[in-house]
Amino acid sequence: MEIKKGIGVSPGVAISTALVLDAENLAIPRRQVPLANIDAEAARFDLALKEAIQSLTRQHDELIALQRKEIAGIIDFHIGVLNDASLTSQIVAEIRDRHSTAEYAVSTVMRKYAAVFSKMTDGYLAERVKDIHDIERQLLQRLMGQQRLDLSHLTSDVVIIARDLLPSQTASLDKEHVKGFATDAGGRTSHTAIVARAMGIPAIVGLGNITAEVSAGDTVIIDGNHGVVIIDPDEQALAENRGAELRRLQLDTERASLLELPAQTLDGHLISLMANIEFPGEVDEALRRGAEGIGLYRTEYLYLASDHEPSEEEHYGAYADALLRLKNRPLVIRTVDLGADKYSQAKSANPERNPFLGERSIRMCLHDIPMFKRQLRAIMRASVLGDVRIMFPMITTLMELRQARMLLNDVMEELEDEGVSHNRDIPVGMMIEVPSAALMADKFAKEVNFFSIGTNDLIQYTLAVDRTNEKVAGLFNAGHPAVLGLVRDVIRKGSRSISVSMCGEMAGEPLYTLLLLGLGLTTFSMNARDIPEVKKIVRSTTMEHARQVARRVMSFDSERQVMHYLRDETRKIDPEAF
Amino acid sequence: MPTASRDIIVSNSLGLHARPAMQFVDTANQFRSTVTVSKGGEKPYQADGKSVMQMIILEATEGTPLKILADGDDAEIAVEKLARLFADKFGEE
Repeated sequence: MEIKKGIGVSPGVAISTALVLDAENLAIPRRQVPLANIDAEAARFDLALKEAIQSLTRQHDELIALQRKEIAGIIDFHIGVLNDASLTSQIVAEIRDRHSTAEYAVSTVMRKYAAVFSKMTDGYLAERVKDIHDIERQLLQRLMGQQRLDLSHLTSDVVIIARDLLPSQTASLDKEHVKGFATDAGGRTSHTAIVARAMGIPAIVGLGNITAEVSAGDTVIIDGNHGVVIIDPDEQALAENRGAELRRLQLDTERASLLELPAQTLDGHLISLMANIEFPGEVDEALRRGAEGIGLYRTEYLYLASDHEPSEEEHYGAYADALLRLKNRPLVIRTVDLGADKYSQAKSANPERNPFLGERSIRMCLHDIPMFKRQLRAIMRASVLGDVRIMFPMITTLMELRQARMLLNDVMEELEDEGVSHNRDIPVGMMIEVPSAALMADKFAKEVNFFSIGTNDLIQYTLAVDRTNEKVAGLFNAGHPAVLGLVRDVIRKGSRSISVSMCGEMAGEPLYTLLLLGLGLTTFSMNARDIPEVKKIVRSTTMEHARQVARRVMSFDSERQVMHYLRDETRKIDPEAF
Repeated sequence: MPTASRDIIVSNSLGLHARPAMQFVDTANQFRSTVTVSKGGEKPYQADGKSVMQMIILEATEGTPLKILADGDDAEIAVEKLARLFADKFGEE
């Protein structure tokens, strides 16, 4: 049994079999081989080894001929490792003594070495872990004939262990069988974290080198509540975690009993609780959890899930699908918010030095008007199918907002000319997620129908913290008085004339529910799974009390005080809140 | 069987990294004797001098004292040649 500590980014406990992915989606199967096949299995490994050495030797000689001694030296090292009898004999022993497949034997032994290498104190030597991964991959590719695993069709329950999950990998995940994630890299608000919370499964990121510690087929416990991964758990650990899982299910059931009840404070103030989604299919789950509508539909997945930019019809199809499921409940569609993500940067010919301060989100759309208009047209065509609202992300100046609105008007006129029906009075809103927009909220409020506060980016830009960088992720805190000051002002200035909601993660954190109520927020949009808990807190307090809490919080000068005080106050009304 | 041993100190600046480790192993493999390289101190380790993986795990950085031990009929000359590699700093400037 081995215990690893990381950053728990999505709660819950999963106990399942590990599926270890490398960067290219090669999955390492564990399969025992029948006794009779062991000789054949060992021979298969010998052949793969010989082929790998031959091919590397050819490469080496070519590189020498080209005078590229530096790389030739690395290849020479790889050949040396493959010729290392003390290593290959361990792999053969794994096959012969434990009846493992050649793939599993290679992966187990190489990962053991990778774990040793990565713990070395000398930075240069520790870097060699990359060579170990590389050598492992070369052997596996020969053994497996480069099969790629289809993550959308799994046959049994697994937890996925990977270096980092890419949007292209998660977009097509088999949601029925994937029970949890554990990754080497990532921070609290990384892509893996967001997807896991959306799927309602536990996830732990920032584990350092979990891919080297876990072998495919190992039993793994992923405890997202405590940020702990247990590899090969003993009986006691298994029993304890099964108990924890059971208690969580009980709590869920208890909260589900709130479903039919309104989100109303004890003194009768009605609050709107909505859900954030990424796929139309998530609408059903959102409604099951008690969402009154969708407060944020992130449309990025339309772009990430396929290899081409979605056509107008593909956009329209997705929106129509969501609206059909919603049956006239509101759907806030956010126009595409791409650019700073790894995916866009990797595809870009000139990756930006500072992508989060670069051509992202609405800026990208305003630079690629044909693409932007395709999405706007689809949204407008869908606007007659239900209660559709449109929202622009990352607005920093009034000019951007006006340009976006102008393009929306162009699209409406085009549709008008073509005789295509659309809702000319569609509510138009904007995200407040940049300090400049927050500070100018009174000006912006005159030009839109609603605000939605995006806390992840607002925190990132206010506190100058990259939330995916583990070294500084600890500074990323919604409770920072500067952030709270901006949130308070946006709610105050916006609510005078328009509606203000919050769709950032803060809205779904029970810790902040009392405070946000007290600041006057009336619409909360969050991951569906957080709705019951937030509703429970809303139903357990009065507006009067929430206002007192908010006044007190706004008098603090550190996030520490804020968090402590809110934790105490929240526990008083719901002891099971955290 | 004759044995021979020699105490040396790693003196090249990058230590026993990939290339020197390969050079050491290639040289060790020219002899019939078994070759063991051991390190004392806080993280003691005994490496098979014919295994490049083990030589890397030895984590012999600049200044690390090591003992080279050979066991076999050509032990003496093996130790002599292997110790020379360290003295020559594996051809690094």
